[in-house]
Amino acid sequence: MSQALLIARRELAAYRRSPLGAIVIAGALLIDGIYFYWKGLADKLVSAQVLSEFFYGASGTTMIAGIVLAMRLLAEERQTGTLTLLNTSPIKDSEIVLGKFVSAFGVLALMTLMTLYMPLLIFVNGKVSVGHILVGYAGLLLIGAASLSIGLFASAVAKSQVVAALIGALILAPLVLLWAVAKAVDPPLNRVLTSLAIHHENFRPFMNGILELDGVVYYAAVTYFFLLAATKTLEARRWR
Amino acid sequence: MIEIRDLYKYYGDRRAVGPLSATIEKGEIVGLLGLNGAGKTTTLRILACDLLPTSGSVKVGGLDVVEVPHEVRRRIGYLPDTPPVYLEMTVEEYLTFAAKLRGVTGPDVEKRVDEALELTEVGSERDRPIGALSHGYRQRVGIAQAIVHKPEFVVLDEPISGLDPVQIVEMRELVRSLGGEHTVVVSSHILSEIHETCDRIFVIRDGQIVASGTEKELSDQLLSGMRVSLSLRVGEGGAAKAGELIAGVPGVTGVELGVATEGPGIATYRVVLSRDTRDDLTRAVVGAGYGLLELTRGERELESVFLELAKSLDEPARRKKKRKKPPVDAPTEESP
Repeated sequence: MSQALLIARRELAAYRRSPLGAIVIAGALLIDGIYFYWKGLADKLVSAQVLSEFFYGASGTTMIAGIVLAMRLLAEERQTGTLTLLNTSPIKDSEIVLGKFVSAFGVLALMTLMTLYMPLLIFVNGKVSVGHILVGYAGLLLIGAASLSIGLFASAVAKSQVVAALIGALILAPLVLLWAVAKAVDPPLNRVLTSLAIHHENFRPFMNGILELDGVVYYAAVTYFFLLAATKTLEARRWR
Repeated sequence: MIEIRDLYKYYGDRRAVGPLSATIEKGEIVGLLGLNGAGKTTTLRILACDLLPTSGSVKVGGLDVVEVPHEVRRRIGYLPDTPPVYLEMTVEEYLTFAAKLRGVTGPDVEKRVDEALELTEVGSERDRPIGALSHGYRQRVGIAQAIVHKPEFVVLDEPISGLDPVQIVEMRELVRSLGGEHTVVVSSHILSEIHETCDRIFVIRDGQIVASGTEKELSDQLLSGMRVSLSLRVGEGGAAKAGELIAGVPGVTGVELGVATEGPGIATYRVVLSRDTRDDLTRAVVGAGYGLLELTRGERELESVFLELAKSLDEPARRKKKRKKPPVDAPTEESP
């Protein structure tokens, strides 16, 4: 575990020194701000709806940011040859993956925290419950963790960062669109597909301030699955 | 001590290494010499636990690289052909990170980093980002990370690659200085590096060791007889005739006309003798009226040994050659 934290600290320092983290955060804040103004403030909605709309929009930028932040984590190390340093050190592949994930999640959490001024603005002319805000942010962090793990798996598979981003997007997009597919099929398959969709059914309760265990378990399971897949991918590469 | 027994490594159907067996004693500096694609890097990656073998046994300090890779990694330092450095980190930050990764803790970290900086002579650059260093210094930092945890075994993959002549000399000295305290395995396709740095040489071709020993042992194995260099004043157009005369001297097994460098009418020959018949040769050329300007015994050339060993298989044929799976109970790639 200490080795995972060592890797996480190095990664966080790398994010500080490279423009990627800042660009992703700035871009996400800009898009969230525009969306918040457009949907939340320009439309005539009640305060709770404004907050829900904010979380709806922020979930999209969080998912994209997760893929972009994760694309470099392992692919860049492979490209520059530094993965060899990790591979020939007495640390487990799971610690490498966990360290990478923790660092990227830290940046993602910082990005999410920096959007807090938007929900607080609602208090100027309206009223929302703190619980709604907390649950919404919990949802953002969960969906962010899931998309990060997908991006990290893609980064473990790909040889370059661009390919990693593409693979991540190709995994994430169908997971987002499963709800639309579900509409076109009959029960019980539609129910299964809806439950597997990364955003629609699973995120909607969070954005409305309702904490449902199903959603928490779903996002935890997706995150665990893709982190495990990334670990196994690293292990398998030693045979090649 | 490093013990390799019947090592095989396949990439798909292609055999990269094997069968390969070798023993490297404690404190030795051993060179792995081969052309590109001979299997050097694959062998070193297996030694460093970066890659798993398809079959066979590799023990580093008595520990099996497949069964206890973490224990082996603690005892081994590895410099791949490209130094695994983070360009945005300073030298000191990077070495501290590498030391902690290898399990060095507490006050030992600073001490080990200082020692590695001193040994590799990059102390003056400790606060500079690695990305701002020259290629030579990056190589040194690469070696520093390989020794920062004081491993018993150091594996260096082409450490001289891309260095300028001055850096090559310095790097040779650095590698040489690692011997004794560390058991060092260094790979190269550059003969002079192996020749001047290593106690023993393994010549590797097609994934197999085709010769091993000191430079002299290798020369004796492959280069029988004696080589001499002969300069004669033969007159305009007389080089061929003189060459025929030399070839007819008893004991001469080969004559090769060199490039004329001393002026018109002077010819230089490289002569191979089956035994020491230099006196016969001298009498023959002087007796025939040629002016003997120089007769020098040629060095037994490691270059010739290497080329003969490394390229004895015809290259295109080697590439086309269908490689077969190991004959015995070597497991497939999926096997642990």
